[in-house]
Amino acid sequence: MSEDAAQAVRDERMKAEGLGARILKRPELGAVAGFILVTVFFLLTADPAMFTFSGIVNFMTPAAQLGILAIGASLLMIGGEFDLSIGSMVAFAGLFFAAATVTLGLPLIIAIPATFLLSAMVGSINGIIVIRSGLPSFIVTLAFLFVLRGLSLVGLKIATGGSTQLRGVREAVEGDWLAPFFSGDAFGALFKVLADAGIIETFNNGAPKVPGLPIEIVWFVLIALLATWVLLRTPVGNWIFAAGGDANAASNAGVPVRKVKISLFMVTACCAALVAIITVMDAGSTDARRGFMKEFEAIIAAVIGGCLLTGGYGSAIGAFFGAVIFGMVVIGLTYTDFDQDWFQVFLGGMLLVAVLFNNAIRKRVTGER
Amino acid sequence: MTADSKFHHGEAPDVAPIIEMQNIEKHFGNIIALAGVSFDVKPGECHCLLGDNGAGKSTFIKTMSGVHKPTSGQILFEGKQMSFSTPRDAMEAGIATVFQDLAMIPLMSVTRNFFMGREPTKGVGPFKRLDMDRMNEIAMTEMREMGINLRAPDQAVGTLSGGERQTVAIARAVHFGAKILILDEPTSALGVRQTSNVLATIDKVRKQGVGVVFISHNVRHAMAVGDRFTVLNRGKTLGTAKRGEITSEQLQDLMAGGQELAKLEGSLGGTV
Ligand SMILES: Nc1ncnc2c1ncn2[C@@H]1O[C@H](COP(=O)(O)OP(=O)(O)OP(=O)(O)O)[C@@H](O)[C@H]1O
Ligand SMILES: [Mg+2]
Repeated sequence: MSEDAAQAVRDERMKAEGLGARILKRPELGAVAGFILVTVFFLLTADPAMFTFSGIVNFMTPAAQLGILAIGASLLMIGGEFDLSIGSMVAFAGLFFAAATVTLGLPLIIAIPATFLLSAMVGSINGIIVIRSGLPSFIVTLAFLFVLRGLSLVGLKIATGGSTQLRGVREAVEGDWLAPFFSGDAFGALFKVLADAGIIETFNNGAPKVPGLPIEIVWFVLIALLATWVLLRTPVGNWIFAAGGDANAASNAGVPVRKVKISLFMVTACCAALVAIITVMDAGSTDARRGFMKEFEAIIAAVIGGCLLTGGYGSAIGAFFGAVIFGMVVIGLTYTDFDQDWFQVFLGGMLLVAVLFNNAIRKRVTGER
Repeated sequence: MTADSKFHHGEAPDVAPIIEMQNIEKHFGNIIALAGVSFDVKPGECHCLLGDNGAGKSTFIKTMSGVHKPTSGQILFEGKQMSFSTPRDAMEAGIATVFQDLAMIPLMSVTRNFFMGREPTKGVGPFKRLDMDRMNEIAMTEMREMGINLRAPDQAVGTLSGGERQTVAIARAVHFGAKILILDEPTSALGVRQTSNVLATIDKVRKQGVGVVFISHNVRHAMAVGDRFTVLNRGKTLGTAKRGEITSEQLQDLMAGGQELAKLEGSLGGTV
């Protein structure tokens, strides 16, 4: 029996697997490697101001706004589907939220849940059509990319009487007790204490240079942690991987594949709604171009983060780093002597490298089948 | 040769069947896969489902396990009319299946495949999480019982050998098959030792009162464990025979759909 137990622990047909080999099997490896590469690149070429605390907050803010979308997109991709409508969803949810607060004058406690509810509904429509028709989600959500963008334009004109911009959100939500959870900076008091103690940089008048952590960064980190926990440590996470790996096999094995996929579409849409609420409150207005092209950027971040286009493999932490790479490149180039428009070239290159890399990793994991 | 005598055989238990399928028809568009098949499984018996390729065996058991909705016909589960709308429903009722295509996800680990859809958790409320240690241990133990020592529970199923993969599917179904265990050609990729393990396992769970549906193309395997034999041909039943009422030769002829077997070279004759 003891022999048996020993055999359960070690098998003579296994080579000792070093830490290196273990890390090589993680889906987020590519994104972490890319993150290190990009950091080194900017450490060498960029103005040192980029890596001061205010510089980091500077690139983490757009990274967070994209990253919230990218994590939603990565969950959906692991579940085997795409959503090309999330960028338009940001505009649509932004319009609804702005109209609810400005035009209807609703308090945030009603406007915010209503925005999430509407977005979840649109997400579920996407999901139900994909599941019922069996069509690729690529096509169905491409249709919604246009439908939602168009609805946002039309809706804006109705809400404003002809304009494509709706202003006055900041005034409308001023003083609302829920506003600090979705706008401005978090931990202001802490930053003040740190500034007084001389730990972080201050202006001449003693106020901290960075007044607090922009709220989207807090959401970004929380959502990344939550998504990772769900994926790796809960039954639902197992179902997401299974549904994306082989929907038919998963369903035969007892996974509620339809429910999982429709829920994922709803989650993705809600991520778009969160980004809409944060950015609309931040800008104080919304317009029809909000979230333009974000669907592609989110999918790129997810792919850089290790998600396979065929589903069933990937990670939320990877998408987190994918989005951070994105933010670093977009903002970082302004700290260098390079023309900022190199950003798109860089991005395309990253995407290609990531896909090639992921493909190789997948073959490694599945033993070249 | 009565190598089969070591198995226990239910004396055709005169108890109510766990599941009763009446006049099941299944059409796919204009294709008639099943044209009225009746079949039942009693607790503690092994009911073999035999027949030619394309006879409709897999389609039939899929209507039993909630994958296909029958076009017409009735399913009685423990006496009550039942309509499983998903495999999950059937599973919750206590029906576990090894599908011919195994229903495994190649990119996922053995453990995650083993518990797919029925993961044990620990902790409460929002801290409820997968009980990974227990899952790994159960998966490894159940596999060892079937005669396969896995290298590691986190090995991806895609990297397992065909027989190892089939064994994961069987071990999973045995672990979860509380009332009915359906095995669709479970031994097609197995080695000698693993095959006899599977047959012994069928015998073991039958003794515990589980009803087993066993599909095979191998008459000797069927004769070894079967209590009743139903032969399908072109979507219809050719009839059901009890153990002892039929010889292997008769069964083999029925399975071939009444058609002549190709004449084999003398040296091969009689070993199919
Ligand atoms: N989804 C489907 N659509 C159309 N026809 C189908 C479908 N599934 C099965 N069939 C047809 O039904 C018939 C029975 O198939 P089934 O898989 O049940 O055979 P089987 O008895 O399991 O054969 P085998 O021994 O080869 O596994 C076949 O002729 C097959 O072509
Ligand atoms: Mg079959």
